[in-house]
Amino acid sequence: MISVQNLTKDYDTHRAIDHLNFTAEKGEVLGFLGPNGAGKTTTMRILTGFMSPTSGTATIDGLDVMEDSLKVRHKVGYLPETVPLYEDMRVFDYLKFMGQLHKVQEIDERVAEVLIQVGMDDRSQSLIKNLSKGMRQRVGLGQALLHHPDVLILDEPTIGLDPKQIKEVRNLIKSIGKERTVMLSTHILSEAQQICDRVIIINKGRIVAEDAPENLQGRVSALRVVYVRVSEKTDQAATALRELPGVLSVKVLETGRIEVENVRESDVRPGIARKLVESGYDLLELTPESVNLEDIFLKLTREASSENPPLEPEPNDSQESEA
Amino acid sequence: MRNIWTIAKKEYAGLFYSPIAYVVGVVVFLVMGIFFSYDLNAAITYQYTPDFTYELDILIFPLIFLAIPILTMKTFSEENKSGTLELLLTAPVKDHELVIGKWLGTFLFFLSLILLTWFYPLVLNFIIDPGIDQPKNLANYLGVTLMASSMTAIGIYISSLFKNTIAALMASLGTLLVFWLISAPAQFFPGTVAADVFTNLSLTQHYYNSFRAGMIDLLDVSYYVSLTVLALFLGTRSIESKRWR
Ligand SMILES: Nc1ncnc2c1ncn2[C@@H]1O[C@H](COP(=O)(O)OP(=O)(O)OP(=O)(O)O)[C@@H](O)[C@H]1O
Ligand SMILES: [Mg+2]
Repeated sequence: MISVQNLTKDYDTHRAIDHLNFTAEKGEVLGFLGPNGAGKTTTMRILTGFMSPTSGTATIDGLDVMEDSLKVRHKVGYLPETVPLYEDMRVFDYLKFMGQLHKVQEIDERVAEVLIQVGMDDRSQSLIKNLSKGMRQRVGLGQALLHHPDVLILDEPTIGLDPKQIKEVRNLIKSIGKERTVMLSTHILSEAQQICDRVIIINKGRIVAEDAPENLQGRVSALRVVYVRVSEKTDQAATALRELPGVLSVKVLETGRIEVENVRESDVRPGIARKLVESGYDLLELTPESVNLEDIFLKLTREASSENPPLEPEPNDSQESEA
Repeated sequence: MRNIWTIAKKEYAGLFYSPIAYVVGVVVFLVMGIFFSYDLNAAITYQYTPDFTYELDILIFPLIFLAIPILTMKTFSEENKSGTLELLLTAPVKDHELVIGKWLGTFLFFLSLILLTWFYPLVLNFIIDPGIDQPKNLANYLGVTLMASSMTAIGIYISSLFKNTIAALMASLGTLLVFWLISAPAQFFPGTVAADVFTNLSLTQHYYNSFRAGMIDLLDVSYYVSLTVLALFLGTRSIESKRWR
């Protein structure tokens, strides 16, 4: 559905995105993840025809986003990052206006339907300027859904929502993603993990990783640290574990747990279990440290920045003030 | 076509609910009402038949010259500033439909205002005998309408160049003033080609020399129509160029 080749965008001399290549299929929810200024919004603005790329091409359903812009815009539902809305309009009138531009049939019924979908049916007659941030977000999302678009492009769709709404919106996105294509940007990794089939991590305009969320996790050594607990004689057990192949260090924690650090790429858990049971200890717990996505993300984006150092060195205030 | 109408309707309704448009409306009716009351008095007391053309002169300057920049200043500058232009530029709407829609909505609002002022000559017509010179009055109104059409288009184009509403207002006022005064230099070199050019460029000369006297000259009609089309074309280019930032 979405196909991007060598997409590049320069703002004057600043390169916002740099030769991006990726695709998204029908029935896929693609997560676009990256720190501030990574180029997420820029990419989405090009895909929706709001701005032109400097070079490279992007197609949606085989249609070039620049050459067949109008047809592409028919197929795409877009929630811009800033959630622009007409402040002086009522919610219902606003959605109706946007729906008419998208040639939605039976517009009144459809608007009512979408209002229920985003949980704003009780505020349809409110002036938009009187809505809260989260409500505005929901109206914006409703606008993107109105015309049953084949492709949904959502720039940070859950920002500003309360936990209940976040859950509902995520479920909504997941259900829409079953038959259509959804591309969403977010800073929240657990969100990407929950709703995306595939995640692209982008930093300084370049893709640094692209995979299913589970695989991304595996990429940064899933089993670096294992926690072990035995019923008694913890210190002796710890000493016994030191001899195991693949183990780097063993430490007894105050909680009575043993922390076993092992080399990457080797799973020492079977070895630990065998050793302890054979030596007559009662094994109570054997848990791999859960690596959270935040760590992966930080690691991947940090790696990428050290590979491509920024042109200007980033100011380091603390050091300067100490000097 | 449908998009133009959708956008025009929204623009019209938006003006209807905006306080500034009310102020413009009230000022137009108030000022014209004052002159109307003088006419009414003269008509009743002295059986004097007023020439409504003078009233329309008041309508054109200063009223229209102030009112149109005020009504058009926000059309695009506000969308530029608040980011709603992103919605319109990513909706399946052609750039020219957007510009024409904005123009049509604003123009129709202004047309409603102008048509409501027709109430005054109609009343005068009932009171005195012989009544108002109707064909002349009609030509006057047609001229004012055409002039307003091109001025609205210019205002919309200028609004598309700005993010700041006040800047758009000032630029529109300045531009219209130039179009009004451009015929002035002609008096320094009368009879020359240059004088002709300057006179023919002027927004007001095409009214004063024909419509105002009750004549409808195709040349003057096409001047206003061309100016409208040209400004709408420039507005479309300006919107197009926003995609190439
Ligand atoms: N209109 C613009 N003019 C100039 N530079 C811009 C413009 N828009 C974005 N940039 C620059 O391009 C880079 C990428 O910005 P972009 O908005 O795409 O990032 P993002 O990934 O969406 O960030 P965030 O997570 O903060 O929303 C940034 O360095 C930004 O400063
Ligand atoms: Mg962004």
